Amino acid sequence: MSSAAATWRGLGDRIRELPRPVVWAIGAAVLVLLILLPFAYQPASGFIDDCVTALAYVVMALGLNIVVGFAGLLDLGYVAFYAIGAYVIGWYGSGFFAAIAGGKGLHVWAESAGALPGIHFNFLIVLVVAAVYAALAGMIIGLPTLRLRGDYIAIVTLAFGEITRVFAINGADIHPFGKDYPLTLGRQGITPIDPIDLPFVKQFDPLNLRPWYWFALAMVLVVLFVNFRLRDSRLGRAWIALREDEVAAASMGVPLVKTKLKAYATGAAFGGMSGAFLASYLNTVNADQFEFSFSIFVLAMIILGGLGSIWGVVLGAVALSFINSRLIPDVLNGVPHKVGLNFDLTELSFGIFGFLLVIMMVLRPEGLLPERRRQIELTEGVGGDETLYEARA
Amino acid sequence: MTDRLAAERSARTGTPAASGDREATSTILQAVAVSKIFGGLVAVDGVDFEIPRRSIVSIIGPNGAGKTTFFNMLTGLYKPSAGRIGFDGRDITARRPDVITSLGMARTFQNIRLFATMTALENVMVGQHARMKAGLFASVLRLPRVRQEEREVREKARETLEYVGLRPSLLDQMAANLSYGDQRRVEIARALASDPKLLLLDEPTAGMNPQESARLTQFMETLRRERGLTILLIEHDMKVVMGVSDRVTVLDHGEKIAEGDPDEVRADKRVVEAYLGRQEGR
Ligand SMILES: Nc1ncnc2c1ncn2[C@@H]1O[C@H](COP(=O)(O)OP(=O)(O)OP(=O)(O)O)[C@@H](O)[C@H]1O
Ligand SMILES: [Mg+2]
Repeated sequence: MSSAAATWRGLGDRIRELPRPVVWAIGAAVLVLLILLPFAYQPASGFIDDCVTALAYVVMALGLNIVVGFAGLLDLGYVAFYAIGAYVIGWYGSGFFAAIAGGKGLHVWAESAGALPGIHFNFLIVLVVAAVYAALAGMIIGLPTLRLRGDYIAIVTLAFGEITRVFAINGADIHPFGKDYPLTLGRQGITPIDPIDLPFVKQFDPLNLRPWYWFALAMVLVVLFVNFRLRDSRLGRAWIALREDEVAAASMGVPLVKTKLKAYATGAAFGGMSGAFLASYLNTVNADQFEFSFSIFVLAMIILGGLGSIWGVVLGAVALSFINSRLIPDVLNGVPHKVGLNFDLTELSFGIFGFLLVIMMVLRPEGLLPERRRQIELTEGVGGDETLYEARA
Repeated sequence: MTDRLAAERSARTGTPAASGDREATSTILQAVAVSKIFGGLVAVDGVDFEIPRRSIVSIIGPNGAGKTTFFNMLTGLYKPSAGRIGFDGRDITARRPDVITSLGMARTFQNIRLFATMTALENVMVGQHARMKAGLFASVLRLPRVRQEEREVREKARETLEYVGLRPSLLDQMAANLSYGDQRRVEIARALASDPKLLLLDEPTAGMNPQESARLTQFMETLRRERGLTILLIEHDMKVVMGVSDRVTVLDHGEKIAEGDPDEVRADKRVVEAYLGRQEGR
């Protein structure tokens, strides 16, 4: 065991043993620091930019963690919910449907859009719609997997992610609501997207990243809160029970279909919200953003951090997104040239993530900050699997 | 003799009792001509079976006789290939296991199936799932009624674990870390926590020493007396079976070969044959 790994474990356990008020005080102090962080940098600093992206990824990772970490349903198509959330703001928060209302635009609670053509909903409405659409999509993807187990679920979800991407690419030729209303703009991308516009504050400015940062931080806090509340609830226990033993869970009165669909829907809703935020932040919705590799990227975050462990997942998401945005392009990218090789390391970033995962599996399979439950599971190998339940929906 | 009884019974109970006179009927469960076929193997073969309310009934039979398969059909894990099952006045043939649990049936497994990485207390809390109401949004908001329900469920889990005799210091231990005997206790507590009318125990004394078996036997009597439970037991230990059962049903190769009170069954020639092996008896 590496000593770094041992230190991490020690830290996790030590924090758990501290008295409650001390933990709250530390948490409050960290939160204040996080809120003040942007003032230490320029309003358009590259570091804050990376932080905003990292926070959006934390939201996605926490969503995927509900499906994979809590309920134990391996989902390789999570990028679909990123796409759905992004297209929701593409549809309802840009000039994309310019023909709507005879070119005069459809505006809901969106003063700063003025008289622009297209549909412009307030961002809070967009967030809710994105969550609802993604949740519905999550249940649709969930339905065919209900009769399946393990690897087969992974294959179906992977296919669903790819189908979504193909729709995104070819969406310019798909007109479900008439020829003026295509589904997407394919690789060309829908742009510009409305910046976030909240009641009582000025519309967000693409050159001042601070409000974006604070909004992303607020989203993370809300999603964290929901995660903790759900984990310690009737539903959270049911998720873990069916992850541990589906047959026993069903026999104890847990309805498998409902419980799984709730996991898919909740996890997807967070992905959709984060997708809408990222699209607004990046100012574009482009089919090339929704590659299969992104699903793996988010999955790698939760495995690195510790499947099922909420804090571990936060840590894993922050770590991987900074490795992606900083370590690989800034620090490591010169390395191949120095040793006389001529290639761009950023092209290999997924190879590097894969390598990291392999190292993790060898040194610390339970993740950086493991869920307490997993520690014993992986070290002592409990739980057998025996097909017993004659699966039916 | 037993054959004639079975024929009579199936004639009388062409279909499971209709609902309405639920409490009035004296049988809590009846199975009519239930079969299960796996590929070419007939694991359970046209078994008629019933359990009187507040009785303790045992199913015995050699290894592979189809006892566990029969349990799995009663609890909804397997769909019967043929036949009907009625429980507490309702037809439950091929209903989902969670529905059957919420109707009042609970079970333990031959090879203990606890939620390994959950604590003893959490395991028993899951057992109450069907009796709880908290939904997704109410849980996120932790509404007062959710908070109240959580408190009650936790308290009931604690009481139930105490009732089955788990040491209080073990409540927050992961199930996987418990001793074999304690795991059996937690599994029974988990089943009891769902407020069953009928409790199904699949070889609960497997791996227990004689004192522990005797204690479990007493515990079953206590359950019936204090909680009005009906118990269906699969058991290999004849001392337990003969000591506790009101009735015994014997399966062999998926067929019911005998049924009656313990003394009758013990004296039955086919039962003796099934247990000693047919080769010698021919
Ligand atoms: N899911 C299954 N698929 C195929 N065959 C099965 C299945 N489950 C049970 N069987 C077979 O059905 C027969 C009855 O098995 P069952 O487990 O019901 O026996 P049992 O009476 O519980 O035996 P034991 O005393 O060993 O527990 C066996 O031959 C077994 O191999
Ligand atoms: Mg068995």
